[in-house]
Amino acid sequence: MKIARQGDWVQIHRVILSPGERAEQVPEETKKVPLELRVKGWLLLDKASEGEEVVIKTPAGRELEGKLIAVNPPFMHGFGSPIPELLEVGSELRAYLEEEGSR
Amino acid sequence: MKDMSYAAMMDRRNEILKKAVGIDYEQFARGRFVFDYEAMMKKVGYTLEEIREIQKETDVGETPLWEMKNLTRLVRKLASPGKGARIFVKDEAANPSGSFKARRASVSVYRAQQQGYPGVVSATSGNYGAAVASQATKRNMKCIVVQEVFDSKGDGQPEILEKGRKCEAYGAEVLQLSVGPELFYTFLRVLEETGFFNASLYTPFGIAGVETLGYEVATEIKEREGKHPEKVLITHAGGGNLTGTARGLEKAGAKDTEVVGVSVDLTGLHSASDHDFNRKSFTTGHTGFGVPFTTWPDRADVPRNAARSLRYLDRYLTVTQGQVFYATEALAQLEGLERGPAGNTSLAAALALAQEMDQDEILVVQETEYTGAGKHPTAQLSFAQEKGIEVRRGDPHEEKPGESIIIPRGPEDLFYKEMDTERLRLSYLRSLQKQHPAPYSEEEIEFLAEELSVSPERVHELLEKVE
Repeated sequence: MKIARQGDWVQIHRVILSPGERAEQVPEETKKVPLELRVKGWLLLDKASEGEEVVIKTPAGRELEGKLIAVNPPFMHGFGSPIPELLEVGSELRAYLEEEGSR
Repeated sequence: MKDMSYAAMMDRRNEILKKAVGIDYEQFARGRFVFDYEAMMKKVGYTLEEIREIQKETDVGETPLWEMKNLTRLVRKLASPGKGARIFVKDEAANPSGSFKARRASVSVYRAQQQGYPGVVSATSGNYGAAVASQATKRNMKCIVVQEVFDSKGDGQPEILEKGRKCEAYGAEVLQLSVGPELFYTFLRVLEETGFFNASLYTPFGIAGVETLGYEVATEIKEREGKHPEKVLITHAGGGNLTGTARGLEKAGAKDTEVVGVSVDLTGLHSASDHDFNRKSFTTGHTGFGVPFTTWPDRADVPRNAARSLRYLDRYLTVTQGQVFYATEALAQLEGLERGPAGNTSLAAALALAQEMDQDEILVVQETEYTGAGKHPTAQLSFAQEKGIEVRRGDPHEEKPGESIIIPRGPEDLFYKEMDTERLRLSYLRSLQKQHPAPYSEEEIEFLAEELSVSPERVHELLEKVE
Protein backbone atom coordinates (compact mmCIF):
# COMPACT_ATOMS: atom_id res chain seq x y z
CA MET A 1 0.00 0.00 0.00
CA LYS A 2 1.37 3.35 -1.04
CA ILE A 3 1.80 6.13 1.48
CA ALA A 4 1.48 9.77 0.51
CA ARG A 5 3.01 12.69 2.39
CA GLN A 6 1.94 16.29 2.63
CA GLY A 7 2.41 18.08 -0.66
CA ASP A 8 2.43 14.90 -2.75
CA TRP A 9 0.44 14.96 -6.02
CA VAL A 10 -2.37 12.48 -5.47
CA GLN A 11 -5.72 11.36 -6.88
CA ILE A 12 -8.91 11.03 -4.84
CA HIS A 13 -12.22 9.33 -5.55
CA ARG A 14 -15.73 10.17 -4.45
CA VAL A 15 -19.24 8.92 -5.24
CA ILE A 16 -21.32 11.89 -6.40
CA LEU A 17 -24.63 10.08 -6.92
CA SER A 18 -25.32 6.54 -5.74
CA PRO A 19 -27.34 4.23 -8.04
CA GLY A 20 -30.64 5.23 -6.37
CA GLU A 21 -29.98 8.94 -6.88
CA ARG A 22 -29.30 8.95 -10.61
CA ALA A 23 -31.32 11.00 -13.10
CA GLU A 24 -34.56 9.70 -14.59
CA GLN A 25 -33.40 9.83 -18.22
CA VAL A 26 -30.25 7.73 -17.68
CA PRO A 27 -30.18 4.33 -19.50
CA GLU A 28 -30.83 1.30 -17.26
CA GLU A 29 -27.25 -0.05 -17.24
CA THR A 30 -25.95 3.38 -16.25
CA LYS A 31 -28.55 3.70 -13.47
CA LYS A 32 -27.21 0.54 -11.84
CA VAL A 33 -23.80 2.12 -11.20
CA PRO A 34 -22.86 5.21 -9.19
CA LEU A 35 -21.71 8.52 -10.68
CA GLU A 36 -18.07 8.68 -9.61
CA LEU A 37 -15.54 11.49 -9.46
CA ARG A 38 -11.77 11.36 -9.65
CA VAL A 39 -9.65 14.46 -9.17
CA LYS A 40 -5.99 15.25 -8.57
CA GLY A 41 -4.27 17.72 -6.28
CA TRP A 42 -1.72 18.09 -3.49
CA LEU A 43 -2.25 16.21 -0.22
CA LEU A 44 -2.98 18.51 2.71
CA LEU A 45 -2.67 15.92 5.52
CA ASP A 46 0.76 15.07 6.98
CA LYS A 47 0.55 11.49 5.80
CA ALA A 48 -2.08 9.12 4.40
CA SER A 49 -2.37 5.64 2.90
CA GLU A 50 -4.34 4.64 -0.16
CA GLY A 51 -7.95 4.00 0.82
CA GLU A 52 -8.03 6.66 3.54
CA GLU A 53 -10.28 9.72 3.48
CA VAL A 54 -8.13 12.77 2.78
CA VAL A 55 -8.25 16.44 1.79
CA ILE A 56 -6.40 17.80 -1.22
CA LYS A 57 -5.73 21.24 -2.62
CA THR A 58 -6.45 21.42 -6.34
CA PRO A 59 -4.58 23.55 -8.91
CA ALA A 60 -7.54 25.97 -8.77
CA GLY A 61 -6.92 26.36 -5.04
CA ARG A 62 -9.99 24.49 -3.80
CA GLU A 63 -9.93 21.99 -0.96
CA LEU A 64 -11.70 18.74 -1.82
CA GLU A 65 -12.32 15.60 0.23
CA GLY A 66 -12.30 12.02 -0.98
CA LYS A 67 -10.71 8.61 -0.72
CA LEU A 68 -7.04 8.50 -1.67
CA ILE A 69 -6.69 6.15 -4.65
CA ALA A 70 -3.29 6.96 -6.15
CA VAL A 71 -0.03 8.70 -5.36
CA ASN A 72 1.56 10.55 -8.28
CA PRO A 73 -0.55 8.57 -10.78
CA PRO A 74 1.21 8.05 -14.13
CA PHE A 75 -0.35 8.90 -17.49
CA MET A 76 -1.20 5.52 -18.97
CA HIS A 77 -2.33 6.61 -22.42
CA GLY A 78 0.12 6.34 -25.27
CA PHE A 79 0.19 5.67 -29.00
CA GLY A 80 -0.91 2.05 -28.78
CA SER A 81 0.39 -0.48 -31.29
CA PRO A 82 0.91 0.23 -34.98
CA ILE A 83 -2.23 -0.79 -36.87
CA PRO A 84 -1.40 -3.13 -39.78
CA GLU A 85 -4.58 -2.08 -41.62
CA LEU A 86 -3.31 1.51 -41.64
CA LEU A 87 0.39 0.84 -42.15
CA GLU A 88 -0.14 0.00 -45.81
CA VAL A 89 -2.27 3.04 -46.64
CA GLY A 90 0.60 5.47 -47.27
CA SER A 91 2.51 3.35 -49.75
CA GLU A 92 -0.72 2.32 -51.48
CA LEU A 93 -1.75 5.94 -51.99
CA ARG A 94 1.69 6.95 -53.27
CA ALA A 95 1.71 4.04 -55.71
CA TYR A 96 -1.79 5.00 -56.87
CA LEU A 97 -0.68 8.58 -57.57
CA GLU A 98 2.32 7.36 -59.56
CA GLU A 99 0.22 5.09 -61.80
CA GLU A 100 -0.26 6.11 -65.42
CA GLY A 101 -3.57 7.48 -66.59
CA SER A 102 -3.89 10.58 -64.42
CA ARG A 103 -6.82 12.71 -65.54
CA MET B 1 -28.30 24.34 4.42
CA LYS B 2 -29.02 24.21 0.72
CA ASP B 3 -30.55 21.07 -0.77
CA MET B 4 -27.86 19.54 -3.01
CA SER B 5 -29.94 16.65 -4.41
CA TYR B 6 -30.15 16.15 -8.17
CA ALA B 7 -33.72 17.44 -8.34
CA ALA B 8 -33.00 20.51 -6.20
CA MET B 9 -29.96 21.49 -8.28
CA MET B 10 -31.99 21.14 -11.47
CA ASP B 11 -34.66 23.39 -9.98
CA ARG B 12 -32.03 26.05 -9.28
CA ARG B 13 -30.40 25.64 -12.70
CA ASN B 14 -31.64 28.85 -14.32
CA GLU B 15 -30.75 30.96 -11.32
CA ILE B 16 -27.24 29.44 -11.13
CA LEU B 17 -26.66 29.76 -14.87
CA LYS B 18 -27.85 33.35 -14.96
CA LYS B 19 -25.29 34.31 -12.32
CA ALA B 20 -22.58 32.30 -14.04
CA VAL B 21 -22.86 33.74 -17.55
CA GLY B 22 -24.00 37.23 -16.66
CA ILE B 23 -26.70 37.21 -19.33
CA ASP B 24 -30.36 37.70 -18.57
CA TYR B 25 -31.82 35.52 -21.31
CA GLU B 26 -35.35 36.61 -20.37
CA GLN B 27 -34.83 39.98 -22.05
CA PHE B 28 -34.71 38.29 -25.47
CA ALA B 29 -37.81 36.15 -24.90
CA ARG B 30 -40.95 36.96 -26.87
CA GLY B 31 -43.63 34.62 -25.61
CA ARG B 32 -43.45 30.90 -24.92
CA PHE B 33 -40.52 29.96 -27.18
CA VAL B 34 -39.85 32.82 -29.58
CA PHE B 35 -36.74 34.87 -28.84
CA ASP B 36 -34.73 37.53 -30.60
CA TYR B 37 -31.64 35.61 -31.73
CA GLU B 38 -29.88 38.47 -33.48
CA ALA B 39 -30.44 40.81 -30.52
CA MET B 40 -28.88 38.17 -28.30
CA MET B 41 -25.87 37.84 -30.62
CA LYS B 42 -25.44 41.63 -30.71
CA LYS B 43 -25.64 41.78 -26.94
CA VAL B 44 -22.28 40.04 -26.98
CA GLY B 45 -21.13 43.60 -27.19
CA TYR B 46 -18.20 42.87 -29.49
CA THR B 47 -17.96 43.43 -33.20
CA LEU B 48 -15.96 41.09 -35.40
CA GLU B 49 -13.07 43.61 -35.31
CA GLU B 50 -13.16 43.68 -31.51
CA ILE B 51 -13.11 39.90 -31.38
CA ARG B 52 -10.10 39.83 -33.69
CA GLU B 53 -8.35 42.21 -31.26
CA ILE B 54 -9.33 40.09 -28.23
CA GLN B 55 -7.99 37.00 -29.98
CA LYS B 56 -4.77 38.74 -30.97
CA GLU B 57 -4.12 39.55 -27.30
CA THR B 58 -3.90 35.84 -26.50
CA ASP B 59 -2.36 34.57 -29.76
CA VAL B 60 -5.53 33.00 -31.16
CA GLY B 61 -6.50 32.75 -34.82
CA GLU B 62 -4.85 33.86 -38.07
CA THR B 63 -3.89 30.25 -38.58
CA PRO B 64 -2.32 29.09 -41.86
CA LEU B 65 -4.54 28.06 -44.75
CA TRP B 66 -2.76 25.41 -46.80
CA GLU B 67 -3.56 24.04 -50.24
CA MET B 68 -3.52 20.23 -50.22
CA LYS B 69 -1.88 19.69 -53.59
CA ASN B 70 -1.34 15.95 -53.29
CA LEU B 71 -4.84 15.29 -51.96
CA THR B 72 -6.24 17.36 -54.82
CA ARG B 73 -4.18 15.26 -57.22
CA LEU B 74 -5.60 12.13 -55.62
CA VAL B 75 -9.16 13.40 -55.92
CA ARG B 76 -8.68 14.35 -59.59
CA LYS B 77 -7.35 10.90 -60.35
CA LEU B 78 -10.47 9.37 -58.84
CA ALA B 79 -12.92 11.82 -60.44
CA SER B 80 -14.43 12.03 -63.95
CA PRO B 81 -12.49 14.16 -66.48
CA GLY B 82 -12.63 17.87 -65.58
CA LYS B 83 -13.76 17.15 -62.04
CA GLY B 84 -11.92 17.43 -58.73
CA ALA B 85 -11.99 20.67 -56.75
CA ARG B 86 -8.90 22.18 -55.13
CA ILE B 87 -8.80 21.27 -51.45
CA PHE B 88 -7.58 23.75 -48.83
CA VAL B 89 -7.19 23.07 -45.12
CA LYS B 90 -7.27 25.67 -42.34
CA ASP B 91 -4.63 24.48 -39.90
CA GLU B 92 -6.43 25.29 -36.68
CA ALA B 93 -4.04 23.03 -34.77
CA ALA B 94 -1.77 26.10 -34.84
CA ASN B 95 -3.89 27.77 -32.14
CA PRO B 96 -2.35 27.89 -28.63
CA SER B 97 -4.22 24.84 -27.30
CA GLY B 98 -4.09 22.93 -30.58
CA SER B 99 -7.60 23.37 -31.94
CA PHE B 100 -10.15 25.92 -33.17
CA LYS B 101 -11.72 25.79 -29.71
CA ALA B 102 -9.20 28.43 -28.63
CA ARG B 103 -11.33 30.88 -30.61
CA ARG B 104 -14.41 30.03 -28.57
CA ALA B 105 -12.55 30.06 -25.29
CA SER B 106 -10.78 33.36 -25.94
CA VAL B 107 -13.91 35.49 -25.95
CA SER B 108 -15.50 33.67 -22.99
CA VAL B 109 -12.42 34.05 -20.82
CA TYR B 110 -12.02 37.70 -21.85
CA ARG B 111 -15.64 38.32 -20.90
CA ALA B 112 -15.17 36.56 -17.55
CA GLN B 113 -12.17 38.75 -16.81
CA GLN B 114 -13.96 41.95 -17.83
CA GLN B 115 -16.87 41.12 -15.56
CA GLY B 116 -14.64 40.40 -12.59
CA TYR B 117 -15.28 36.68 -12.17
CA PRO B 118 -12.52 34.97 -10.14
CA GLY B 119 -12.27 32.01 -12.53
CA VAL B 120 -13.90 30.00 -15.28
CA VAL B 121 -15.54 26.56 -15.41
CA SER B 122 -16.06 24.46 -18.49
CA ALA B 123 -18.01 21.22 -18.87
CA THR B 124 -16.43 19.27 -21.71
CA SER B 125 -14.45 16.13 -22.47
CA GLY B 126 -13.18 17.69 -25.65
CA ASN B 127 -10.56 20.11 -26.92
CA TYR B 128 -12.59 22.96 -25.47
CA GLY B 129 -11.40 22.17 -21.92
CA ALA B 130 -7.78 22.59 -22.91
CA ALA B 131 -8.69 25.76 -24.81
CA VAL B 132 -10.38 27.32 -21.77
CA ALA B 133 -7.50 26.23 -19.52
CA SER B 134 -4.94 27.72 -21.90
CA GLN B 135 -6.81 31.01 -22.33
CA ALA B 136 -7.44 31.26 -18.57
CA THR B 137 -3.71 30.85 -17.97
CA LYS B 138 -2.95 33.62 -20.45
CA ARG B 139 -5.32 35.91 -18.58
CA ASN B 140 -4.14 34.83 -15.12
CA MET B 141 -7.46 33.31 -14.13
CA LYS B 142 -8.32 30.07 -12.34
CA CYS B 143 -9.89 27.26 -14.32
CA ILE B 144 -11.91 24.14 -13.53
CA VAL B 145 -12.77 21.60 -16.22
CA VAL B 146 -15.51 18.99 -15.69
CA GLN B 147 -14.98 15.94 -17.94
CA GLU B 148 -16.86 12.72 -18.62
CA VAL B 149 -13.98 10.22 -18.71
CA PHE B 150 -14.56 6.76 -17.31
CA ASP B 151 -17.02 3.90 -17.54
CA SER B 152 -18.00 2.10 -14.34
CA LYS B 153 -14.87 -0.08 -14.56
CA GLY B 154 -12.70 3.02 -14.43
CA ASP B 155 -11.68 2.64 -18.07
CA GLY B 156 -11.20 5.81 -20.09
CA GLN B 157 -10.68 6.43 -23.77
CA PRO B 158 -7.12 7.45 -24.58
CA GLU B 159 -8.37 10.52 -26.40
CA ILE B 160 -10.18 11.85 -23.34
CA LEU B 161 -7.34 10.94 -20.99
CA GLU B 162 -5.05 13.00 -23.20
CA LYS B 163 -7.39 15.97 -23.09
CA GLY B 164 -7.47 15.71 -19.30
CA ARG B 165 -3.68 15.69 -19.20
CA LYS B 166 -3.56 18.75 -21.42
CA CYS B 167 -5.93 20.66 -19.11
CA GLU B 168 -3.66 19.80 -16.17
CA ALA B 169 -0.64 20.91 -18.20
CA TYR B 170 -2.18 24.39 -18.39
CA GLY B 171 -2.79 24.43 -14.63
CA ALA B 172 -6.49 23.58 -14.48
CA GLU B 173 -8.33 21.56 -11.85
CA VAL B 174 -9.81 18.61 -13.71
CA LEU B 175 -12.91 16.90 -12.31
CA GLN B 176 -13.09 13.51 -14.03
CA LEU B 177 -16.49 11.82 -13.92
CA SER B 178 -17.90 8.47 -14.90
CA VAL B 179 -20.51 8.22 -17.68
CA GLY B 180 -23.80 10.05 -17.38
CA PRO B 181 -25.63 13.25 -18.21
CA GLU B 182 -25.48 14.19 -14.51
CA LEU B 183 -22.16 15.74 -15.38
CA PHE B 184 -24.36 18.79 -15.66
CA TYR B 185 -25.36 18.34 -12.00
CA THR B 186 -21.70 18.37 -10.91
CA PHE B 187 -21.11 21.36 -13.15
CA LEU B 188 -23.95 23.32 -11.51
CA ARG B 189 -22.58 22.48 -8.07
CA VAL B 190 -19.15 23.76 -9.02
CA LEU B 191 -20.61 26.98 -10.43
CA GLU B 192 -22.65 27.53 -7.26
CA GLU B 193 -19.78 26.75 -4.92
CA THR B 194 -17.13 28.82 -6.70
CA GLY B 195 -19.02 31.74 -8.27
CA PHE B 196 -16.86 31.20 -11.37
CA PHE B 197 -17.93 32.10 -14.91
CA ASN B 198 -19.63 29.43 -17.01
CA ALA B 199 -17.40 29.27 -20.10
CA SER B 200 -20.17 27.42 -21.90
CA LEU B 201 -19.67 26.37 -25.50
CA TYR B 202 -23.06 27.79 -26.31
CA THR B 203 -23.08 31.42 -25.15
CA PRO B 204 -23.11 34.21 -27.72
CA PHE B 205 -19.43 34.84 -26.77
CA GLY B 206 -18.43 31.28 -27.56
CA ILE B 207 -20.10 31.38 -30.96
CA ALA B 208 -18.91 34.89 -31.84
CA GLY B 209 -15.36 33.64 -31.22
CA VAL B 210 -15.69 31.22 -34.15
CA GLU B 211 -16.91 33.91 -36.55
CA THR B 212 -13.30 34.96 -37.10
CA LEU B 213 -12.61 31.47 -38.49
CA GLY B 214 -15.24 31.78 -41.22
CA TYR B 215 -14.14 35.33 -41.87
CA GLU B 216 -10.47 34.36 -42.26
CA VAL B 217 -11.35 31.48 -44.62
CA ALA B 218 -13.46 33.72 -46.88
CA THR B 219 -11.13 36.72 -46.98
CA GLU B 220 -7.93 34.75 -47.41
CA ILE B 221 -9.27 32.62 -50.28
CA LYS B 222 -10.66 35.77 -51.89
CA GLU B 223 -7.32 37.51 -51.58
CA ARG B 224 -5.33 34.59 -52.96
CA GLU B 225 -7.73 33.21 -55.55
CA GLY B 226 -9.94 36.17 -56.43
CA LYS B 227 -13.18 34.54 -55.25
CA HIS B 228 -14.80 33.02 -52.22
CA PRO B 229 -14.67 29.22 -51.81
CA GLU B 230 -17.56 27.26 -53.33
CA LYS B 231 -17.89 25.00 -50.28
CA VAL B 232 -16.70 25.03 -46.68
CA LEU B 233 -16.79 21.71 -44.82
CA ILE B 234 -17.26 21.89 -41.07
CA THR B 235 -17.00 19.05 -38.56
CA HIS B 236 -20.34 19.17 -36.80
CA ALA B 237 -21.30 18.24 -33.23
CA GLY B 238 -22.98 20.75 -30.91
CA GLY B 239 -23.37 23.26 -33.74
CA GLY B 240 -21.03 26.02 -32.55
CA ASN B 241 -18.34 25.40 -35.13
CA LEU B 242 -20.93 25.42 -37.90
CA THR B 243 -22.92 28.41 -36.66
CA GLY B 244 -19.87 30.57 -35.93
CA THR B 245 -18.11 29.72 -39.18
CA ALA B 246 -21.24 30.33 -41.25
CA ARG B 247 -21.81 33.71 -39.57
CA GLY B 248 -18.19 34.66 -40.23
CA LEU B 249 -18.51 33.68 -43.89
CA GLU B 250 -21.60 35.87 -44.15
CA LYS B 251 -19.85 38.80 -42.48
CA ALA B 252 -17.04 38.48 -45.04
CA GLY B 253 -19.62 38.66 -47.81
CA ALA B 254 -19.28 35.01 -48.87
CA LYS B 255 -23.02 34.65 -49.35
CA ASP B 256 -22.86 31.97 -52.04
CA THR B 257 -20.48 29.67 -50.22
CA GLU B 258 -22.18 26.40 -49.38
CA VAL B 259 -22.03 25.50 -45.67
CA VAL B 260 -21.62 21.76 -45.28
CA GLY B 261 -21.69 20.05 -41.88
CA VAL B 262 -20.00 16.66 -41.48
CA SER B 263 -20.29 14.17 -38.59
CA VAL B 264 -18.98 10.70 -37.93
CA ASP B 265 -21.87 8.27 -38.15
CA LEU B 266 -22.36 6.63 -34.74
CA THR B 267 -25.98 5.70 -35.26
CA GLY B 268 -27.17 3.20 -32.68
CA LEU B 269 -24.71 4.07 -29.91
CA HIS B 270 -26.22 5.80 -26.88
CA SER B 271 -24.17 8.74 -25.63
CA ALA B 272 -25.20 8.24 -21.98
CA SER B 273 -24.76 4.47 -21.89
CA ASP B 274 -22.12 3.02 -19.55
CA HIS B 275 -21.83 0.07 -21.96
CA ASP B 276 -21.62 2.03 -25.24
CA PHE B 277 -19.36 4.77 -23.88
CA ASN B 278 -16.07 3.04 -24.72
CA ARG B 279 -17.30 1.33 -27.87
CA LYS B 280 -17.02 4.46 -29.98
CA SER B 281 -13.71 5.73 -31.27
CA PHE B 282 -14.82 9.32 -31.61
CA THR B 283 -15.76 11.41 -28.61
CA THR B 284 -16.94 14.39 -30.62
CA GLY B 285 -17.86 15.42 -34.15
CA HIS B 286 -20.32 12.54 -34.28
CA THR B 287 -24.03 12.11 -34.91
CA GLY B 288 -24.66 11.43 -31.20
CA PHE B 289 -24.24 15.19 -30.70
CA GLY B 290 -24.78 16.47 -34.23
CA VAL B 291 -28.31 15.19 -34.72
CA PRO B 292 -29.87 16.01 -31.32
CA PHE B 293 -28.26 19.47 -31.18
CA THR B 294 -29.34 20.27 -34.75
CA THR B 295 -32.92 19.24 -34.12
CA TRP B 296 -33.17 20.76 -30.62
CA PRO B 297 -30.40 23.27 -29.84
CA ASP B 298 -31.75 24.31 -26.43
CA ARG B 299 -30.57 21.11 -24.75
CA ALA B 300 -27.34 22.99 -23.91
CA ASP B 301 -25.98 24.26 -20.58
CA VAL B 302 -27.42 27.75 -21.12
CA PRO B 303 -31.11 28.70 -21.43
CA ARG B 304 -30.74 29.77 -25.06
CA ASN B 305 -28.17 28.10 -27.26
CA ALA B 306 -26.39 30.55 -29.55
CA ALA B 307 -25.41 27.64 -31.82
CA ARG B 308 -28.42 27.08 -34.07
CA SER B 309 -27.31 24.92 -36.98
CA LEU B 310 -30.51 24.71 -39.00
CA ARG B 311 -30.31 28.47 -39.58
CA TYR B 312 -27.05 27.96 -41.50
CA LEU B 313 -26.73 24.35 -42.61
CA ASP B 314 -26.97 23.87 -46.39
CA ARG B 315 -26.04 20.19 -46.35
CA TYR B 316 -25.32 17.63 -43.63
CA LEU B 317 -23.08 14.68 -44.51
CA THR B 318 -21.90 11.71 -42.49
CA VAL B 319 -18.81 9.53 -42.85
CA THR B 320 -17.70 6.35 -41.07
CA GLN B 321 -15.06 6.07 -38.37
CA GLY B 322 -12.88 3.96 -40.67
CA GLN B 323 -12.98 6.63 -43.37
CA VAL B 324 -11.82 9.31 -40.94
CA PHE B 325 -8.86 7.19 -39.85
CA TYR B 326 -8.07 6.60 -43.53
CA ALA B 327 -8.24 10.34 -44.28
CA THR B 328 -6.01 11.04 -41.26
CA GLU B 329 -3.46 8.60 -42.64
CA ALA B 330 -3.74 10.14 -46.12
CA LEU B 331 -3.14 13.64 -44.71
CA ALA B 332 0.00 12.45 -42.92
CA GLN B 333 1.35 10.32 -45.75
CA LEU B 334 0.55 12.53 -48.75
CA GLU B 335 0.70 16.03 -47.24
CA GLY B 336 3.18 15.56 -44.40
CA LEU B 337 0.65 16.87 -41.87
CA GLU B 338 0.08 14.63 -38.88
CA ARG B 339 -3.08 15.84 -37.17
CA GLY B 340 -5.70 14.43 -34.77
CA PRO B 341 -8.42 12.16 -36.21
CA ALA B 342 -11.51 13.97 -34.89
CA GLY B 343 -10.48 17.20 -36.63
CA ASN B 344 -10.24 15.30 -39.92
CA THR B 345 -13.90 14.28 -40.00
CA SER B 346 -14.78 16.87 -42.62
CA LEU B 347 -11.58 16.05 -44.55
CA ALA B 348 -12.87 12.49 -45.04
CA ALA B 349 -16.06 13.84 -46.62
CA ALA B 350 -14.05 16.38 -48.62
CA LEU B 351 -12.13 13.63 -50.41
CA ALA B 352 -15.43 12.26 -51.75
CA LEU B 353 -17.29 15.54 -52.27
CA ALA B 354 -14.44 17.28 -54.14
CA GLN B 355 -14.70 14.57 -56.83
CA GLU B 356 -18.13 15.91 -57.80
CA MET B 357 -16.95 19.50 -58.14
CA ASP B 358 -15.28 21.20 -61.11
CA GLN B 359 -11.52 21.61 -61.15
CA ASP B 360 -11.74 25.39 -60.90
CA GLU B 361 -13.83 25.18 -57.75
CA ILE B 362 -12.47 25.47 -54.21
CA LEU B 363 -13.39 23.43 -51.16
CA VAL B 364 -12.12 24.42 -47.72
CA VAL B 365 -11.83 22.03 -44.77
CA GLN B 366 -11.95 24.58 -41.99
CA GLU B 367 -10.13 22.83 -39.15
CA THR B 368 -7.43 20.48 -37.97
CA GLU B 369 -6.59 19.57 -34.37
CA TYR B 370 -3.35 18.61 -32.63
CA THR B 371 -2.32 15.00 -32.36
CA GLY B 372 -0.25 13.13 -29.80
CA ALA B 373 -0.44 10.29 -27.31
CA GLY B 374 -4.06 9.15 -27.03
CA LYS B 375 -5.31 11.38 -29.83
CA HIS B 376 -3.95 9.35 -32.67
CA PRO B 377 -5.26 6.59 -34.98
CA THR B 378 -2.93 3.97 -33.48
CA ALA B 379 -3.98 4.83 -29.91
CA GLN B 380 -7.68 4.96 -30.71
CA LEU B 381 -7.74 1.84 -32.83
CA SER B 382 -5.65 -0.13 -30.30
CA PHE B 383 -8.18 0.83 -27.63
CA ALA B 384 -11.08 -0.15 -29.89
CA GLN B 385 -9.52 -3.57 -30.47
CA GLU B 386 -9.08 -4.05 -26.71
CA LYS B 387 -12.82 -3.39 -26.36
CA GLY B 388 -13.55 -6.15 -28.87
CA ILE B 389 -14.23 -3.90 -31.86
CA GLU B 390 -13.24 -5.54 -35.14
CA VAL B 391 -10.76 -3.48 -37.20
CA ARG B 392 -10.30 -4.59 -40.82
CA ARG B 393 -9.91 -3.41 -44.40
CA GLY B 394 -13.08 -3.61 -46.42
CA ASP B 395 -16.11 -1.80 -47.75
CA PRO B 396 -16.79 1.04 -45.27
CA HIS B 397 -20.53 0.70 -45.98
CA GLU B 398 -20.38 -2.45 -43.84
CA GLU B 399 -19.11 -0.64 -40.73
CA LYS B 400 -21.37 -1.09 -37.69
CA PRO B 401 -20.68 1.52 -34.96
CA GLY B 402 -19.78 -0.26 -31.73
CA GLU B 403 -18.97 -3.51 -33.53
CA SER B 404 -16.56 -2.75 -36.35
CA ILE B 405 -14.29 -0.12 -37.83
CA ILE B 406 -13.66 -0.70 -41.51
CA ILE B 407 -10.63 0.92 -43.11
CA PRO B 408 -11.36 1.54 -46.81
CA ARG B 409 -9.61 -0.84 -49.24
CA GLY B 410 -8.50 2.11 -51.34
CA PRO B 411 -9.38 5.74 -52.11
CA GLU B 412 -12.23 4.54 -54.41
CA ASP B 413 -14.04 3.37 -51.26
CA LEU B 414 -14.40 6.89 -49.86
CA PHE B 415 -17.98 8.14 -49.80
CA TYR B 416 -20.33 10.26 -47.76
CA LYS B 417 -23.96 9.82 -46.79
CA GLU B 418 -26.30 12.75 -47.21
CA MET B 419 -28.67 13.39 -44.37
CA ASP B 420 -32.08 14.63 -45.40
CA THR B 421 -32.27 18.17 -44.00
CA GLU B 422 -36.06 18.11 -44.37
CA ARG B 423 -36.17 15.24 -41.89
CA LEU B 424 -34.03 17.28 -39.51
CA ARG B 425 -36.47 20.17 -39.78
CA LEU B 426 -39.41 17.83 -39.12
CA SER B 427 -37.59 16.43 -36.12
CA TYR B 428 -37.05 19.96 -34.80
CA LEU B 429 -40.78 20.63 -35.11
CA ARG B 430 -41.63 17.36 -33.37
CA SER B 431 -39.38 18.32 -30.44
CA LEU B 432 -41.04 21.73 -30.36
CA GLN B 433 -44.54 20.30 -30.35
CA LYS B 434 -43.78 18.09 -27.38
CA GLN B 435 -42.96 21.15 -25.31
CA HIS B 436 -45.10 23.82 -26.96
CA PRO B 437 -48.11 22.30 -28.72
CA ALA B 438 -49.85 23.89 -31.73
CA PRO B 439 -51.55 26.13 -32.73
CA TYR B 440 -48.81 28.68 -33.43
CA SER B 441 -49.20 32.43 -33.78
CA GLU B 442 -47.95 34.38 -36.78
CA GLU B 443 -44.96 35.60 -34.76
CA GLU B 444 -44.15 32.01 -33.81
CA ILE B 445 -44.33 30.86 -37.43
CA GLU B 446 -41.98 33.65 -38.45
CA PHE B 447 -39.54 32.66 -35.74
CA LEU B 448 -39.69 29.04 -36.91
CA ALA B 449 -39.06 30.15 -40.47
CA GLU B 450 -35.83 31.78 -39.28
CA GLU B 451 -34.90 28.80 -37.12
CA LEU B 452 -35.36 26.35 -40.00
CA SER B 453 -34.16 28.70 -42.72
CA VAL B 454 -37.33 28.27 -44.81
CA SER B 455 -40.31 30.47 -45.73
CA PRO B 456 -43.30 30.83 -43.35
CA GLU B 457 -45.41 28.96 -45.96
CA ARG B 458 -42.97 26.08 -45.81
CA VAL B 459 -43.22 26.02 -42.00
CA HIS B 460 -46.98 25.50 -42.36
CA GLU B 461 -46.42 22.65 -44.82
CA LEU B 462 -43.85 21.01 -42.55
CA LEU B 463 -46.15 21.35 -39.55
CA GLU B 464 -48.87 19.54 -41.46
CA LYS B 465 -46.47 16.70 -42.16
CA VAL B 466 -45.54 16.45 -38.48
CA GLU B 467 -49.19 16.24 -37.48
